[in-house]
Amino acid sequence: MKDARASFDPVTLAAIAAAAVLLVGAPFVFYPLFLTKVLCYALFACAFNLLLGSCGLLSFGHAAYFGTAAYVAGHAAKVWGLPFEACLALGVMASAALGAVFGYISIRRQGIYFAMITLALAQMIYFLALQLPFTGAEDGLTAIPRGKVLGLFSLDDPLVLYFTTLCLFVGALMLIHRITHSTFGQILRAIRDNEPRAISLGFEANRFKLQAFVLSAALVGLAGANKAIAFKLATLTDVHWSTSGSVILMTLLGGLGTLLGPFVGALVVVTLENYLADSGLPIQAVIGGIFILCILLFRRGIVGEAQGWVETLRRRRAG
Amino acid sequence: MDNHCMAANAGGETGVREPILRMQGVRKTFAGFVAVRDLNLDVERGTIHALIGPNGAGKTTVFNLVTKFHQPTSGRITFNGQDITAKSPSDIARLGMVRSFQISAVFASMSALDNVRVALQRFRGDNFAFWKSDRTLRSLDDRARELLADVGLDDARDRKAAELPYGRRRALELATTLALDPELLLLDEPMAGMGHEDVDRTSALIRRVAKDRTVLMVEHNLSVVADLSDRITVLARGEILSEGTYAQVSKDPAVIEAYVGTDHD
Ligand SMILES: Nc1ncnc2c1ncn2[C@@H]1O[C@H](COP(=O)(O)OP(=O)(O)O)[C@@H](O)[C@H]1O
Ligand SMILES: [Mg+2]
Repeated sequence: MKDARASFDPVTLAAIAAAAVLLVGAPFVFYPLFLTKVLCYALFACAFNLLLGSCGLLSFGHAAYFGTAAYVAGHAAKVWGLPFEACLALGVMASAALGAVFGYISIRRQGIYFAMITLALAQMIYFLALQLPFTGAEDGLTAIPRGKVLGLFSLDDPLVLYFTTLCLFVGALMLIHRITHSTFGQILRAIRDNEPRAISLGFEANRFKLQAFVLSAALVGLAGANKAIAFKLATLTDVHWSTSGSVILMTLLGGLGTLLGPFVGALVVVTLENYLADSGLPIQAVIGGIFILCILLFRRGIVGEAQGWVETLRRRRAG
Repeated sequence: MDNHCMAANAGGETGVREPILRMQGVRKTFAGFVAVRDLNLDVERGTIHALIGPNGAGKTTVFNLVTKFHQPTSGRITFNGQDITAKSPSDIARLGMVRSFQISAVFASMSALDNVRVALQRFRGDNFAFWKSDRTLRSLDDRARELLADVGLDDARDRKAAELPYGRRRALELATTLALDPELLLLDEPMAGMGHEDVDRTSALIRRVAKDRTVLMVEHNLSVVADLSDRITVLARGEILSEGTYAQVSKDPAVIEAYVGTDHD
């Protein structure tokens, strides 16, 4: 019988340990608020990747779940004065519910049709956000109070904010890892590999895909709600199609279907946006150019390529 | 030849002589083209029934209709006396009718063992349990290994399905199908692309598993068909050309004519 932890080989363990040291040490070197932003978008990308990587479903409307949770959490904090945890929970529930409805509508379609329908549905949310009274239209929801975590520590302290976000991020990442390595995850993988075959074995593919869709939307919601509280802001950008595009870019850049790929992709994109913001350069064009270059140079994304090198090294040493 | 007449558990409340599968006036058109023309087909319980015919005759379409991957344009299909015309493909599998595909269908990124194991998961109640570790599935490993050994894949357990040669992927697909222990097994060209040795082993396996179930099989290898089948239906242009035992069918002038100049082996 194999060791229960056999799925974590030494290289992976070393990488996880290094990441832990970096993540804990980072706020003492870089701006905690910037790092918090990276973590929020990294979670967004990881949750998006849950759907693309394990189901092969390319959603072009994931900003809808990010933005909805941002507005709901922001409203709950600002207007209802609810505590931080309750705001997050409401945001997550709102995106999960929206994901259940939109997923039900779109899941029957394949490939480009699926992408188009998810985009169309997300545009509906964008127009709702523009029209509804409680979203603040073009101004968005501003000056959202952050409140306290566990009712004890003020989130206005950047370090508290960062470490709270880090805990949520790590927890969500562990959940994603569990989902992809669960009894459910096995069937999802079979469906991704060969859907007609999975159906012919008696698995109702659409029900499995719908559950994956809802889980993805819920975790994206956690990222959106966290982001709204952290930046005291929920705006139309959060539900805009360019945000849906941006998360696709982060995922592909970092490495599709790898656990850490979306994190690395988010780090690169958010960092670039930050540095380019004051440069007067057209941000979208520059990022688009870098994206094309990366796709040409390393097709499997940054993490995917790195894993490839490690694999080659290991084989060379073994053989 | 083995005599696969009525299995002991035949019929149940539906009567002893009830065929396990019955197609009545089933038609399928694709944009006006009639692929299957008002087909009447009975498959008797406990038999190996072969469906043969030239390419494009509609054999795979019949499989797609019976397993509800295609909706019939008209007609009625019953399985164990139950009307299944309006069922979904996954319902069909749950009722006990499982198919294999003409183009080898395996889960490419998964190991051979995981391919079979995922089929065995069908019998569990935790298929939606996203919080439950897949390590709990190890209790299925022994059964999965047995199934792999049955098709001669015991040495390929940990290899990715995508890396297996074509003939062995077919064997894997068969093991995965058998994992569900179906009452009616539909095999679409199970031996296409297999070497001599694999053909012999697969023939023996089909004969063995057919002892307590029914098999409907499309196969181009006529010596295999002659050897295995209790009954043969010859299809051409979506219609039944001839039906009977191999001895009867092979003497039918219409069959001989249809097969002249076509690419059977
Ligand atoms: N999905 C489909 N759309 C259009 N035509 C089809 C489709 N499936 C099968 N056909 C046509 O139906 C006929 C029968 O095909 P098929 O059942 O695959 O034959 P066989 O398995 O006997 O070789 C062929 O002419 C084929 O082109
Ligand atoms: Mg065919």
